[in-house]
Amino acid sequence: MSNVDGHNESLFAYPDEWGHFGRFGGKFVSETLMAALQNLESEYYRLRKDTTFQEELERDLSEYVGRASPLYFAQRLTTQAGGAKIYLKREDLNHTGAHKINNCIGQALLAKYMGKPRIIAETGAGQHGVASATVAARFGLECQVYMGSEDIKRQSLNVYRMKLLGAEVVPVNSGSKTLKDALNEAMRDWVTNVDNTHYIIGTVAGPHPYPMLVRNFQAVIGEETKRQFAEQHGGLPNAIVACVGGGSNAMGIFYPFLEDREVRLVGVEAAGYGLASGKHAAPLNEGVVGVLHGNRTYLMGDANGQIIETHSVSAGLDYPGVGPEHAFLKDIKRAEYVAIDDEEALDAFRALNKLEGILPALESSHAVAYGLKLASKMSPDESIVINLSGRGDKDIPTVAKLDGISID
Amino acid sequence: MGMLSERLKSLASNNKKALVAYIVAGDPEPGVTVPLMHRLVESGVDVIELGVPFSDPEAEGPVIQLAHERALAHNVSLGNCLEMAAEFRQSDKLTPIVLMGYLNPVETMGYENFAAKASRAGVNGTIIVNLPPEEAVDMSAILEANDIEPVYLLAPTTTDERARMICQVSKGFVYYVSLKGTTGAGNLDIDDVSEKMDRFKKLSQLPIMVGFGVKDGPGARAVAQVADGAVVGSAIVKLMAEHKGDLKKLNDEVGQFVSELRAAID
Repeated sequence: MSNVDGHNESLFAYPDEWGHFGRFGGKFVSETLMAALQNLESEYYRLRKDTTFQEELERDLSEYVGRASPLYFAQRLTTQAGGAKIYLKREDLNHTGAHKINNCIGQALLAKYMGKPRIIAETGAGQHGVASATVAARFGLECQVYMGSEDIKRQSLNVYRMKLLGAEVVPVNSGSKTLKDALNEAMRDWVTNVDNTHYIIGTVAGPHPYPMLVRNFQAVIGEETKRQFAEQHGGLPNAIVACVGGGSNAMGIFYPFLEDREVRLVGVEAAGYGLASGKHAAPLNEGVVGVLHGNRTYLMGDANGQIIETHSVSAGLDYPGVGPEHAFLKDIKRAEYVAIDDEEALDAFRALNKLEGILPALESSHAVAYGLKLASKMSPDESIVINLSGRGDKDIPTVAKLDGISID
Repeated sequence: MGMLSERLKSLASNNKKALVAYIVAGDPEPGVTVPLMHRLVESGVDVIELGVPFSDPEAEGPVIQLAHERALAHNVSLGNCLEMAAEFRQSDKLTPIVLMGYLNPVETMGYENFAAKASRAGVNGTIIVNLPPEEAVDMSAILEANDIEPVYLLAPTTTDERARMICQVSKGFVYYVSLKGTTGAGNLDIDDVSEKMDRFKKLSQLPIMVGFGVKDGPGARAVAQVADGAVVGSAIVKLMAEHKGDLKKLNDEVGQFVSELRAAID
């Protein structure tokens, strides 16, 4: 039976065996990495069915990460918006303060079961780097984190935190010296050290099987949300809102709802200084289709096919590409993608502090900002869930600086 | 049969090994490239690999990354690379040009458009580093329809099953990436290369060129003894970076170095 989008398959049937989500995704890497990707894929499929692996993963998610994270009805935020009831999925309460750890725990366990004693990761703001360094400490793995030298300057707190965790932070001086270049450098390391190293990609991008694998490790967010919402409120929420950089927290909360067509799925990209300014990180809103970091997706590219630099006040959204499954969901219109600029995100950051006593990450503040707008246009008998993907302690210096206060 | 295949075939029938040289188009500045291509040929190069600058050259080591950055500082585009190829081709009708780069600039130009323009410019082959054959079915057909031979890569980690498939779809030659790593990394392990050549030669009808890690005359000589030819990239690009302030010296030094490689191979 064909559904409304003309796709015959259930949306749970993606990706195909070569990692395609429709025309997106795939495995666009140099030959040297092919064997490693194939090996990772087959090991993942094997361990997915391995009860020992699954039990260990569940135990760590519960006892180490602190799952399930709460689903919280935000009364005062709801009153402020004056429309739909607003629930917050509290990923900020996970160990290390963000959803990133869900994926890192899963992939570190994969590394352990594959017998790889060393992990590497790329990081922009440092959140995925911290989560990777954390699980490396937890499992006794050697860990190197690649980070653009520009980002190292902007995120000294997380750099120091990774060192405390026993990881080595490797500065990347090539290209724009930011997240995309850190990803390139991590790929180069992996090509060289593929025998003893597992590369933990932090988002639902990269070559197959990463977008699928990271999505599946993050889907715990959506599974819990579905169960908790049914228990606390009954039924399904009318909409789910999540910020999208690479898109892992959004994919994680969207995924279990993909076939619940009555639930609107809204991804919020970073409009930076505004979409019209060109200085943003919103490839799903304003980008072009291209190939970067192993997959075909929407990206920020110029007329010659060079990748262009992005801007967002939130380092975690400051990435020129986006996970290929989001590109697919946009094309088939199963999810909608909007953008929130720096100013709007900062307003939401302050509002959530004052109204609910919750300090959100600047990334998550983009979702809060759009969630408030959306809820205000809906009726009080409707409900939305906003994925509060991380906490904002790391962003206090940035916001204070914008207020003219230096607390470095 | 394309010009690349023909050239390699004629070398083989004369019992000669191929010397393939890689430079990045527009490095260190656009005016350098075409005269240097001619100089490479005069100094004994059989095939020119012309690197297309890209903002995210993920398979390259630091030496070639910087070359991409130098070229991009002059906004050298894929279109400019094709113009350089065309200019070279006006006076050199024999030396095959293989464009080497990443998929996104080609995808942005459009496969059909790229293949037609590249063919008119006198380009004979392509190596698109991040385009494995499985993702390249459309591209290969379009290129071949335009008399351009798509070259694919083999790696030390490639299984026999994949190697067989790669050797079947590759045209002109097969490029063996001799080490696990980026361009210019590590040292050549000639015993390992030799062992891999024994394996891959059984699976390939095509000549096999060895690159990544061939840095000097002795390395090129050792490689040429076990393979059909050697690709030298980072060592040339490094020399160019050292002399980027003196373009005459750059040409002379590269010419001298390439002559030594030629002598070592023959």
